[in-house]
Amino acid sequence: MNLDIQREELLISQLADLLKNDKHVAVGAASPIPGAAALLAKEEAKFLNKRLRVTILHSNKYNNFTDGARELFDCAAQGRIDTFFLGGVQIDGQANINLVGTGEYPKIKKRFPGSFGSALMYFVVPQIILFREEHSPRTLVKKVDFISAPGVSERGVYRPGGPKYLLTNRALFKFNTNLKKFSLCKINEKETVKNLIKVTGFDFDVDNKISQMPNPDTNRINILRDKIAPMVSEFYPEFANRIWGI
Amino acid sequence: MKSFDELSLKEIVDEVQDGFILGIPADYSGVPMKFTKELIKKGVKNLKLYCLPLTTIQGDMLIGSGCVSEIEAAAVTLGEFGMAPRFSEAVENGKILIKDSTCPALHAQLQATEKSVPFMPLRGVIGSDIQKHRKDWHVIENPMRSSGVREEPVLLLPAVQLDILVFHAPCSDRNGNIQIGRRRELATLAHASKKVFVTVEKVLDIDFFEDELSAATCLPGLYVNGISIVKNGAWPCALPGVYSSDNEEIKKYSLAAKTKEGFGEYMRYCL
Repeated sequence: MNLDIQREELLISQLADLLKNDKHVAVGAASPIPGAAALLAKEEAKFLNKRLRVTILHSNKYNNFTDGARELFDCAAQGRIDTFFLGGVQIDGQANINLVGTGEYPKIKKRFPGSFGSALMYFVVPQIILFREEHSPRTLVKKVDFISAPGVSERGVYRPGGPKYLLTNRALFKFNTNLKKFSLCKINEKETVKNLIKVTGFDFDVDNKISQMPNPDTNRINILRDKIAPMVSEFYPEFANRIWGI
Repeated sequence: MKSFDELSLKEIVDEVQDGFILGIPADYSGVPMKFTKELIKKGVKNLKLYCLPLTTIQGDMLIGSGCVSEIEAAAVTLGEFGMAPRFSEAVENGKILIKDSTCPALHAQLQATEKSVPFMPLRGVIGSDIQKHRKDWHVIENPMRSSGVREEPVLLLPAVQLDILVFHAPCSDRNGNIQIGRRRELATLAHASKKVFVTVEKVLDIDFFEDELSAATCLPGLYVNGISIVKNGAWPCALPGVYSSDNEEIKKYSLAAKTKEGFGEYMRYCL
Protein backbone atom coordinates (compact mmCIF):
# COMPACT_ATOMS: atom_id res chain seq x y z
CA MET A 1 0.00 0.00 0.00
CA ASN A 2 1.16 3.48 -0.84
CA LEU A 3 1.88 5.24 2.45
CA ASP A 4 2.58 8.66 0.99
CA ILE A 5 0.43 10.72 3.28
CA GLN A 6 -1.63 13.33 1.50
CA ARG A 7 -1.99 16.81 2.97
CA GLU A 8 -5.70 16.27 3.61
CA GLU A 9 -5.03 12.97 5.36
CA LEU A 10 -2.54 14.64 7.69
CA LEU A 11 -5.15 17.27 8.59
CA ILE A 12 -7.83 14.63 9.15
CA SER A 13 -5.40 12.84 11.48
CA GLN A 14 -4.60 16.04 13.43
CA LEU A 15 -8.29 16.76 13.95
CA ALA A 16 -9.06 13.17 14.98
CA ASP A 17 -6.46 13.51 17.77
CA LEU A 18 -8.46 16.41 19.23
CA LEU A 19 -11.69 14.39 19.50
CA LYS A 20 -10.47 11.63 21.81
CA ASN A 21 -12.35 12.76 24.92
CA ASP A 22 -15.62 13.54 23.20
CA LYS A 23 -18.99 11.82 23.42
CA HIS A 24 -20.73 13.74 20.62
CA VAL A 25 -19.09 15.54 17.71
CA ALA A 26 -21.15 17.47 15.16
CA VAL A 27 -20.03 18.59 11.73
CA GLY A 28 -21.66 21.41 9.79
CA ALA A 29 -21.71 22.63 6.19
CA ALA A 30 -18.82 22.42 3.71
CA SER A 31 -16.60 20.37 6.04
CA PRO A 32 -15.29 17.19 4.37
CA ILE A 33 -12.04 17.09 6.39
CA PRO A 34 -13.71 17.56 9.80
CA GLY A 35 -16.38 15.06 8.73
CA ALA A 36 -13.77 12.44 7.89
CA ALA A 37 -11.90 13.20 11.14
CA ALA A 38 -15.03 12.72 13.24
CA LEU A 39 -15.84 9.36 11.60
CA LEU A 40 -12.20 8.27 12.04
CA ALA A 41 -12.26 9.20 15.73
CA LYS A 42 -15.53 7.27 16.09
CA GLU A 43 -13.99 4.18 14.51
CA GLU A 44 -10.88 4.39 16.69
CA ALA A 45 -12.92 4.92 19.84
CA LYS A 46 -14.39 1.45 19.33
CA PHE A 47 -10.96 -0.10 19.90
CA LEU A 48 -10.83 1.61 23.29
CA ASN A 49 -14.32 0.39 24.12
CA LYS A 50 -15.61 3.94 23.99
CA ARG A 51 -18.58 5.29 22.13
CA LEU A 52 -18.39 8.47 20.13
CA ARG A 53 -21.54 9.78 18.52
CA VAL A 54 -21.08 11.69 15.27
CA THR A 55 -23.67 13.91 13.64
CA ILE A 56 -22.93 15.05 10.12
CA LEU A 57 -25.43 17.65 9.09
CA HIS A 58 -25.15 17.15 5.37
CA SER A 59 -25.58 13.41 5.57
CA ASN A 60 -28.78 11.45 5.84
CA LYS A 61 -27.01 8.38 7.16
CA TYR A 62 -24.68 9.88 9.79
CA ASN A 63 -27.24 12.19 11.29
CA ASN A 64 -28.91 11.76 14.68
CA PHE A 65 -31.56 14.44 14.31
CA THR A 66 -35.26 14.08 13.54
CA ASP A 67 -36.61 17.48 14.58
CA GLY A 68 -35.48 19.48 11.57
CA ALA A 69 -32.50 21.75 11.02
CA ARG A 70 -33.07 23.65 14.24
CA GLU A 71 -32.30 20.58 16.35
CA LEU A 72 -28.53 21.03 15.88
CA PHE A 73 -28.75 24.45 17.54
CA ASP A 74 -31.14 23.39 20.27
CA CYS A 75 -29.01 20.33 20.97
CA ALA A 76 -25.84 22.45 21.13
CA ALA A 77 -27.50 25.01 23.40
CA GLN A 78 -28.49 22.17 25.74
CA GLY A 79 -24.80 21.27 26.03
CA ARG A 80 -25.17 17.93 24.25
CA ILE A 81 -22.46 18.56 21.66
CA ASP A 82 -18.81 18.48 22.80
CA THR A 83 -17.03 19.57 19.63
CA PHE A 84 -18.01 21.51 16.53
CA PHE A 85 -15.90 22.93 13.68
CA LEU A 86 -15.99 26.44 12.29
CA GLY A 87 -14.04 28.07 9.50
CA GLY A 88 -13.66 31.58 8.22
CA VAL A 89 -12.79 33.71 5.24
CA GLN A 90 -10.72 35.55 7.84
CA ILE A 91 -9.74 34.59 11.39
CA ASP A 92 -8.01 37.12 13.61
CA GLY A 93 -5.68 36.97 16.62
CA GLN A 94 -8.57 37.22 19.09
CA ALA A 95 -10.30 34.29 17.37
CA ASN A 96 -13.01 36.46 15.81
CA ILE A 97 -14.25 34.76 12.66
CA ASN A 98 -15.59 36.28 9.45
CA LEU A 99 -17.65 34.18 7.05
CA VAL A 100 -19.36 37.07 5.29
CA GLY A 101 -16.79 38.85 3.14
CA THR A 102 -13.97 41.33 2.84
CA GLY A 103 -14.21 45.09 2.72
CA GLU A 104 -16.29 47.40 4.88
CA TYR A 105 -19.73 45.95 5.56
CA PRO A 106 -22.32 46.43 4.12
CA LYS A 107 -20.41 47.79 1.09
CA ILE A 108 -18.58 44.56 0.73
CA LYS A 109 -15.79 44.03 -1.83
CA LYS A 110 -15.83 40.27 -2.02
CA ARG A 111 -18.89 38.48 -0.78
CA PHE A 112 -18.72 34.97 0.69
CA PRO A 113 -21.64 32.65 1.58
CA GLY A 114 -22.51 33.93 5.08
CA SER A 115 -22.28 33.20 8.79
CA PHE A 116 -24.27 29.92 8.90
CA GLY A 117 -24.90 28.90 12.53
CA SER A 118 -21.57 30.21 13.83
CA ALA A 119 -23.09 33.04 15.87
CA LEU A 120 -24.73 30.55 18.23
CA MET A 121 -22.48 27.49 17.98
CA TYR A 122 -19.36 29.50 18.91
CA PHE A 123 -21.03 30.49 22.19
CA VAL A 124 -22.41 27.17 23.37
CA VAL A 125 -20.18 24.29 22.20
CA PRO A 126 -17.34 23.72 24.73
CA GLN A 127 -14.70 22.80 22.15
CA ILE A 128 -14.83 24.76 18.93
CA ILE A 129 -12.06 23.84 16.52
CA LEU A 130 -11.33 26.52 13.95
CA PHE A 131 -10.24 24.98 10.70
CA ARG A 132 -8.91 26.85 7.70
CA GLU A 133 -6.57 25.12 5.27
CA GLU A 134 -5.07 28.27 3.78
CA HIS A 135 -2.58 29.79 6.21
CA SER A 136 -1.60 33.20 4.87
CA PRO A 137 -1.72 36.89 5.84
CA ARG A 138 -4.92 37.01 3.78
CA THR A 139 -6.78 34.45 5.91
CA LEU A 140 -5.13 34.89 9.33
CA VAL A 141 -5.45 38.62 9.88
CA LYS A 142 -4.88 41.18 12.61
CA LYS A 143 -8.55 42.21 12.64
CA VAL A 144 -11.42 40.66 10.69
CA ASP A 145 -13.49 42.90 8.41
CA PHE A 146 -16.75 41.48 9.80
CA ILE A 147 -17.37 39.56 13.00
CA SER A 148 -19.70 36.64 12.23
CA ALA A 149 -19.00 35.38 15.74
CA PRO A 150 -16.65 36.86 18.36
CA GLY A 151 -13.78 34.82 19.86
CA VAL A 152 -14.40 36.13 23.36
CA SER A 153 -17.38 37.82 25.00
CA GLU A 154 -17.89 40.47 27.62
CA ARG A 155 -18.58 39.34 31.16
CA GLY A 156 -22.21 38.51 31.77
CA VAL A 157 -22.84 37.14 28.28
CA TYR A 158 -23.89 33.49 28.36
CA ARG A 159 -20.88 31.67 26.97
CA PRO A 160 -20.11 28.13 28.08
CA GLY A 161 -18.35 27.49 24.75
CA GLY A 162 -15.73 28.98 22.50
CA PRO A 163 -12.55 28.49 20.50
CA LYS A 164 -10.05 25.90 21.71
CA TYR A 165 -7.87 25.21 18.64
CA LEU A 166 -7.05 26.56 15.19
CA LEU A 167 -5.74 24.12 12.59
CA THR A 168 -4.29 25.17 9.22
CA ASN A 169 -2.24 23.24 6.69
CA ARG A 170 0.89 24.68 8.31
CA ALA A 171 0.23 24.60 12.05
CA LEU A 172 -1.95 23.89 15.07
CA PHE A 173 -2.62 26.71 17.57
CA LYS A 174 -4.25 26.54 20.98
CA PHE A 175 -6.42 29.49 22.04
CA ASN A 176 -6.00 31.05 25.46
CA THR A 177 -9.29 32.76 26.37
CA ASN A 178 -7.86 34.73 29.30
CA LEU A 179 -5.00 36.18 27.26
CA LYS A 180 -7.25 36.41 24.15
CA LYS A 181 -4.35 35.02 22.16
CA PHE A 182 -3.32 31.97 20.15
CA SER A 183 -0.32 29.88 21.09
CA LEU A 184 1.52 27.81 18.49
CA CYS A 185 1.73 24.18 19.60
CA LYS A 186 2.35 21.98 16.53
CA ILE A 187 3.92 22.70 13.19
CA ASN A 188 4.00 20.89 9.87
CA GLU A 189 7.36 19.16 9.30
CA LYS A 190 8.03 21.42 6.31
CA GLU A 191 7.57 24.59 8.39
CA THR A 192 9.68 26.76 10.69
CA VAL A 193 8.49 29.08 13.44
CA LYS A 194 10.27 31.91 11.67
CA ASN A 195 8.30 31.35 8.48
CA LEU A 196 5.04 30.99 10.39
CA ILE A 197 5.56 34.42 11.94
CA LYS A 198 5.93 35.77 8.41
CA VAL A 199 2.78 34.17 6.98
CA THR A 200 0.51 34.83 9.97
CA GLY A 201 -1.22 38.20 10.05
CA PHE A 202 -1.60 38.25 13.85
CA ASP A 203 0.82 37.97 16.78
CA PHE A 204 0.88 34.69 18.64
CA ASP A 205 2.72 33.01 21.49
CA VAL A 206 4.86 29.93 21.02
CA ASP A 207 4.15 27.03 23.37
CA ASN A 208 7.24 25.81 25.23
CA LYS A 209 6.24 22.23 24.37
CA ILE A 210 6.00 22.92 20.64
CA SER A 211 6.33 19.81 18.46
CA GLN A 212 5.93 18.56 14.91
CA MET A 213 2.58 17.38 13.60
CA PRO A 214 2.85 13.60 13.80
CA ASN A 215 2.08 11.63 10.65
CA PRO A 216 -0.73 9.09 11.00
CA ASP A 217 0.63 5.57 11.55
CA THR A 218 -0.06 2.69 9.13
CA ASN A 219 -2.95 1.47 11.20
CA ARG A 220 -4.73 4.80 11.15
CA ILE A 221 -4.13 5.41 7.46
CA ASN A 222 -5.52 1.96 6.66
CA ILE A 223 -8.71 2.64 8.59
CA LEU A 224 -9.03 6.02 6.92
CA ARG A 225 -8.58 4.74 3.38
CA ASP A 226 -10.43 1.43 3.68
CA LYS A 227 -13.27 2.28 5.98
CA ILE A 228 -13.77 6.03 6.30
CA ALA A 229 -13.23 7.09 2.67
CA PRO A 230 -16.31 5.22 1.35
CA MET A 231 -18.38 6.71 4.17
CA VAL A 232 -17.24 10.22 3.27
CA SER A 233 -18.19 9.69 -0.35
CA GLU A 234 -21.84 9.42 0.73
CA PHE A 235 -21.97 13.06 1.80
CA TYR A 236 -18.93 14.64 0.07
CA PRO A 237 -18.63 12.75 -3.23
CA GLU A 238 -16.45 15.39 -4.93
CA PHE A 239 -13.96 15.42 -2.07
CA ALA A 240 -13.77 11.62 -1.74
CA ASN A 241 -13.20 11.35 -5.46
CA ARG A 242 -10.42 13.94 -5.45
CA ILE A 243 -8.52 12.54 -2.46
CA TRP A 244 -9.09 8.81 -2.70
CA GLY A 245 -10.30 8.35 -6.26
CA ILE A 246 -13.55 6.69 -5.21
CA MET B 1 -60.10 8.85 -4.36
CA LYS B 2 -58.55 12.26 -3.74
CA SER B 3 -60.13 14.65 -1.28
CA PHE B 4 -58.29 17.68 -2.63
CA ASP B 5 -58.14 19.49 -5.96
CA GLU B 6 -54.89 19.08 -7.77
CA LEU B 7 -53.41 22.30 -9.12
CA SER B 8 -51.30 22.86 -12.19
CA LEU B 9 -47.81 24.27 -11.70
CA LYS B 10 -48.99 27.44 -13.42
CA GLU B 11 -51.76 27.91 -10.87
CA ILE B 12 -49.17 27.77 -8.08
CA VAL B 13 -46.87 30.20 -9.88
CA ASP B 14 -49.80 32.60 -10.30
CA GLU B 15 -50.21 32.73 -6.53
CA VAL B 16 -46.84 34.47 -6.19
CA GLN B 17 -47.16 38.23 -6.46
CA ASP B 18 -44.43 40.84 -6.88
CA GLY B 19 -42.97 41.89 -3.53
CA PHE B 20 -44.01 38.75 -1.65
CA ILE B 21 -41.93 37.23 1.15
CA LEU B 22 -41.20 33.77 -0.27
CA GLY B 23 -40.09 30.92 2.01
CA ILE B 24 -37.01 29.12 0.72
CA PRO B 25 -36.17 25.60 1.96
CA ALA B 26 -32.52 24.51 2.37
CA ASP B 27 -30.93 22.19 -0.17
CA TYR B 28 -31.57 19.21 2.12
CA SER B 29 -35.31 19.75 2.50
CA GLY B 30 -36.86 19.58 -0.96
CA VAL B 31 -36.11 22.50 -3.27
CA PRO B 32 -38.95 23.20 -5.76
CA MET B 33 -36.74 23.75 -8.82
CA LYS B 34 -39.36 23.20 -11.54
CA PHE B 35 -41.57 25.73 -9.80
CA THR B 36 -38.65 28.15 -9.50
CA LYS B 37 -37.96 28.02 -13.23
CA GLU B 38 -41.63 28.70 -14.00
CA LEU B 39 -41.53 31.62 -11.59
CA ILE B 40 -38.52 33.04 -13.42
CA LYS B 41 -40.32 32.59 -16.76
CA LYS B 42 -43.26 34.56 -15.42
CA GLY B 43 -40.88 37.42 -14.60
CA VAL B 44 -41.91 38.01 -10.99
CA LYS B 45 -40.18 41.01 -9.34
CA ASN B 46 -39.01 42.31 -5.94
CA LEU B 47 -39.34 39.03 -4.10
CA LYS B 48 -38.05 38.93 -0.55
CA LEU B 49 -36.47 35.54 -0.01
CA TYR B 50 -36.58 34.17 3.52
CA CYS B 51 -34.21 31.21 3.66
CA LEU B 52 -34.44 28.52 6.31
CA PRO B 53 -31.59 28.84 6.82
CA LEU B 54 -29.73 28.89 3.50
CA THR B 55 -30.23 28.58 -0.22
CA THR B 56 -28.17 27.16 -3.06
CA ILE B 57 -28.95 27.16 -6.78
CA GLN B 58 -32.59 28.18 -6.26
CA GLY B 59 -31.75 31.51 -4.66
CA ASP B 60 -28.83 32.13 -6.99
CA MET B 61 -31.03 31.60 -10.08
CA LEU B 62 -33.79 33.85 -8.78
CA ILE B 63 -31.26 36.59 -7.95
CA GLY B 64 -29.46 36.23 -11.28
CA SER B 65 -32.81 36.51 -13.09
CA GLY B 66 -33.63 39.81 -11.40
CA CYS B 67 -36.59 38.47 -9.39
CA VAL B 68 -35.24 39.43 -5.96
CA SER B 69 -34.86 42.72 -4.09
CA GLU B 70 -34.08 41.36 -0.64
CA ILE B 71 -32.81 38.18 0.96
CA GLU B 72 -32.63 37.12 4.60
CA ALA B 73 -30.30 34.15 5.04
CA ALA B 74 -27.48 32.58 7.01
CA ALA B 75 -25.71 31.57 3.80
CA VAL B 76 -26.03 31.47 0.05
CA THR B 77 -23.67 28.91 -1.47
CA LEU B 78 -23.38 26.15 -4.03
CA GLY B 79 -21.90 23.89 -1.35
CA GLU B 80 -19.21 21.63 -2.76
CA PHE B 81 -19.33 23.61 -6.00
CA GLY B 82 -18.21 26.84 -4.43
CA MET B 83 -19.79 30.22 -4.05
CA ALA B 84 -23.13 31.29 -5.41
CA PRO B 85 -21.84 33.56 -8.18
CA ARG B 86 -24.97 35.56 -9.03
CA PHE B 87 -25.64 36.21 -5.35
CA SER B 88 -22.07 37.40 -4.68
CA GLU B 89 -22.14 39.64 -7.74
CA ALA B 90 -25.52 41.15 -6.78
CA VAL B 91 -24.39 41.90 -3.20
CA GLU B 92 -21.02 43.31 -4.25
CA ASN B 93 -22.75 45.68 -6.66
CA GLY B 94 -25.57 46.67 -4.28
CA LYS B 95 -28.29 45.19 -6.50
CA ILE B 96 -30.03 43.40 -3.62
CA LEU B 97 -30.34 43.95 0.10
CA ILE B 98 -28.97 41.14 2.21
CA LYS B 99 -30.19 40.83 5.78
CA ASP B 100 -27.34 38.76 7.17
CA SER B 101 -28.52 36.36 9.84
CA THR B 102 -27.51 33.11 11.51
CA CYS B 103 -29.29 29.74 11.26
CA PRO B 104 -30.88 29.56 14.74
CA ALA B 105 -32.19 33.15 14.40
CA LEU B 106 -33.94 32.29 11.14
CA HIS B 107 -35.57 29.31 12.85
CA ALA B 108 -36.52 31.33 15.94
CA GLN B 109 -38.21 34.14 13.99
CA LEU B 110 -40.53 31.60 12.36
CA GLN B 111 -41.05 29.77 15.64
CA ALA B 112 -42.35 33.06 17.08
CA THR B 113 -44.95 33.16 14.30
CA GLU B 114 -45.78 29.49 14.93
CA LYS B 115 -46.69 30.41 18.49
CA SER B 116 -48.21 33.74 17.48
CA VAL B 117 -46.01 35.68 19.89
CA PRO B 118 -44.31 38.95 18.82
CA PHE B 119 -40.74 37.84 19.40
CA MET B 120 -38.48 34.98 20.37
CA PRO B 121 -35.36 35.14 22.57
CA LEU B 122 -32.09 33.51 21.55
CA ARG B 123 -28.73 33.10 23.23
CA GLY B 124 -25.40 33.68 21.49
CA VAL B 125 -25.06 36.24 18.66
CA ILE B 126 -24.39 39.15 21.06
CA GLY B 127 -21.23 41.04 20.17
CA SER B 128 -21.23 39.90 16.54
CA ASP B 129 -21.49 42.29 13.60
CA ILE B 130 -24.59 40.37 12.53
CA GLN B 131 -26.33 41.71 15.61
CA LYS B 132 -24.80 45.17 15.18
CA HIS B 133 -26.30 45.59 11.71
CA ARG B 134 -29.76 44.21 12.49
CA LYS B 135 -31.76 47.21 13.64
CA ASP B 136 -34.87 44.99 13.93
CA TRP B 137 -33.21 42.93 16.70
CA HIS B 138 -33.09 43.99 20.35
CA VAL B 139 -31.06 43.04 23.40
CA ILE B 140 -32.74 43.12 26.81
CA GLU B 141 -31.67 42.05 30.26
CA ASN B 142 -33.19 38.76 31.36
CA PRO B 143 -36.19 39.88 33.48
CA MET B 144 -36.84 36.42 34.94
CA ARG B 145 -36.15 35.66 38.56
CA SER B 146 -36.67 31.92 38.32
CA SER B 147 -34.69 30.99 35.20
CA GLY B 148 -31.37 31.89 33.64
CA VAL B 149 -29.00 34.42 35.11
CA ARG B 150 -30.57 37.69 36.19
CA GLU B 151 -29.62 40.68 34.07
CA GLU B 152 -27.96 38.43 31.51
CA PRO B 153 -28.24 40.14 28.11
CA VAL B 154 -30.59 38.20 25.83
CA LEU B 155 -31.29 38.79 22.15
CA LEU B 156 -34.91 39.24 21.00
CA LEU B 157 -35.90 38.50 17.42
CA PRO B 158 -39.14 39.65 15.76
CA ALA B 159 -41.73 37.16 14.53
CA VAL B 160 -41.62 36.81 10.75
CA GLN B 161 -44.59 35.74 8.68
CA LEU B 162 -44.09 34.51 5.15
CA ASP B 163 -46.54 35.43 2.40
CA ILE B 164 -46.06 32.17 0.59
CA LEU B 165 -44.10 28.94 0.86
CA VAL B 166 -43.49 26.45 -1.94
CA PHE B 167 -41.50 23.26 -1.49
CA HIS B 168 -41.10 19.87 -3.17
CA ALA B 169 -41.88 16.57 -1.41
CA PRO B 170 -41.83 12.86 -2.25
CA CYS B 171 -45.59 12.35 -1.99
CA SER B 172 -48.93 13.27 -0.53
CA ASP B 173 -51.66 10.91 0.57
CA ARG B 174 -55.20 11.02 -0.84
CA ASN B 175 -56.20 13.59 1.77
CA GLY B 176 -53.48 16.06 0.92
CA ASN B 177 -51.18 15.28 3.83
CA ILE B 178 -47.55 15.70 2.76
CA GLN B 179 -44.71 13.33 3.56
CA ILE B 180 -41.81 15.41 4.91
CA GLY B 181 -39.98 12.72 6.90
CA ARG B 182 -37.41 14.14 9.28
CA ARG B 183 -37.30 17.49 7.48
CA ARG B 184 -39.34 19.13 10.20
CA GLU B 185 -38.09 22.61 9.26
CA LEU B 186 -40.63 22.36 6.43
CA ALA B 187 -43.35 22.23 9.08
CA THR B 188 -41.87 25.31 10.77
CA LEU B 189 -41.90 27.14 7.43
CA ALA B 190 -45.46 26.03 6.70
CA HIS B 191 -46.79 27.03 10.13
CA ALA B 192 -45.36 30.52 9.62
CA SER B 193 -46.66 31.07 6.09
CA LYS B 194 -49.97 32.61 5.00
CA LYS B 195 -50.18 30.24 2.04
CA VAL B 196 -48.43 26.92 1.38
CA PHE B 197 -48.13 25.08 -1.94
CA VAL B 198 -46.37 21.80 -2.48
CA THR B 199 -45.13 20.04 -5.60
CA VAL B 200 -44.95 16.26 -5.16
CA GLU B 201 -43.55 13.34 -7.12
CA LYS B 202 -46.78 11.39 -6.68
CA VAL B 203 -50.04 11.00 -4.79
CA LEU B 204 -50.55 7.75 -2.86
CA ASP B 205 -54.01 6.25 -2.45
CA ILE B 206 -53.56 5.80 1.31
CA ASP B 207 -54.17 7.79 4.49
CA PHE B 208 -50.96 8.68 6.38
CA PHE B 209 -52.95 9.01 9.61
CA GLU B 210 -53.91 5.33 9.61
CA ASP B 211 -50.36 4.41 10.60
CA GLU B 212 -48.42 5.91 13.53
CA LEU B 213 -45.15 5.89 11.59
CA SER B 214 -46.41 7.80 8.58
CA ALA B 215 -48.60 10.09 10.70
CA ALA B 216 -45.50 11.25 12.59
CA THR B 217 -43.62 12.13 9.43
CA CYS B 218 -46.20 14.17 7.56
CA LEU B 219 -47.27 17.77 7.32
CA PRO B 220 -51.04 17.73 7.85
CA GLY B 221 -53.08 18.93 4.89
CA LEU B 222 -54.66 21.61 7.05
CA TYR B 223 -51.59 23.78 6.42
CA VAL B 224 -51.57 23.17 2.67
CA ASN B 225 -53.41 25.35 0.14
CA GLY B 226 -52.62 23.37 -2.97
CA ILE B 227 -50.70 20.45 -4.43
CA SER B 228 -49.34 19.85 -7.90
CA ILE B 229 -47.81 16.62 -9.20
CA VAL B 230 -44.42 17.48 -10.66
CA LYS B 231 -42.09 14.62 -11.54
CA ASN B 232 -38.41 15.26 -10.79
CA GLY B 233 -39.52 18.55 -9.28
CA ALA B 234 -36.34 19.12 -7.28
CA TRP B 235 -33.84 18.40 -10.08
CA PRO B 236 -30.93 19.12 -10.12
CA CYS B 237 -31.20 19.36 -6.33
CA ALA B 238 -31.68 16.22 -4.25
CA LEU B 239 -34.97 14.95 -2.93
CA PRO B 240 -33.86 13.28 0.33
CA GLY B 241 -34.64 9.59 0.40
CA VAL B 242 -35.83 9.58 -3.23
CA TYR B 243 -33.02 10.83 -5.49
CA SER B 244 -29.67 12.49 -4.96
CA SER B 245 -28.50 15.72 -6.49
CA ASP B 246 -27.29 15.82 -10.09
CA ASN B 247 -23.77 17.02 -9.33
CA GLU B 248 -22.76 17.25 -12.98
CA GLU B 249 -25.58 19.68 -13.63
CA ILE B 250 -24.86 21.80 -10.53
CA LYS B 251 -21.20 21.93 -11.52
CA LYS B 252 -22.23 23.01 -15.01
CA TYR B 253 -24.34 25.78 -13.50
CA SER B 254 -21.57 26.88 -11.12
CA LEU B 255 -19.19 27.35 -14.04
CA ALA B 256 -21.71 29.02 -16.36
CA ALA B 257 -23.01 31.44 -13.72
CA LYS B 258 -19.55 32.89 -13.05
CA THR B 259 -20.37 35.53 -15.67
CA LYS B 260 -23.60 37.33 -16.49
CA GLU B 261 -23.40 36.12 -20.10
CA GLY B 262 -22.73 32.52 -19.08
CA PHE B 263 -25.67 32.66 -16.68
CA GLY B 264 -27.95 34.07 -19.40
CA GLU B 265 -26.97 31.31 -21.76
CA TYR B 266 -27.51 28.63 -19.12
CA MET B 267 -30.95 29.98 -18.27
CA ARG B 268 -32.01 30.08 -21.92
CA TYR B 269 -31.07 26.43 -22.22
CA CYS B 270 -32.70 25.36 -18.96
CA LEU B 271 -35.96 27.29 -19.32
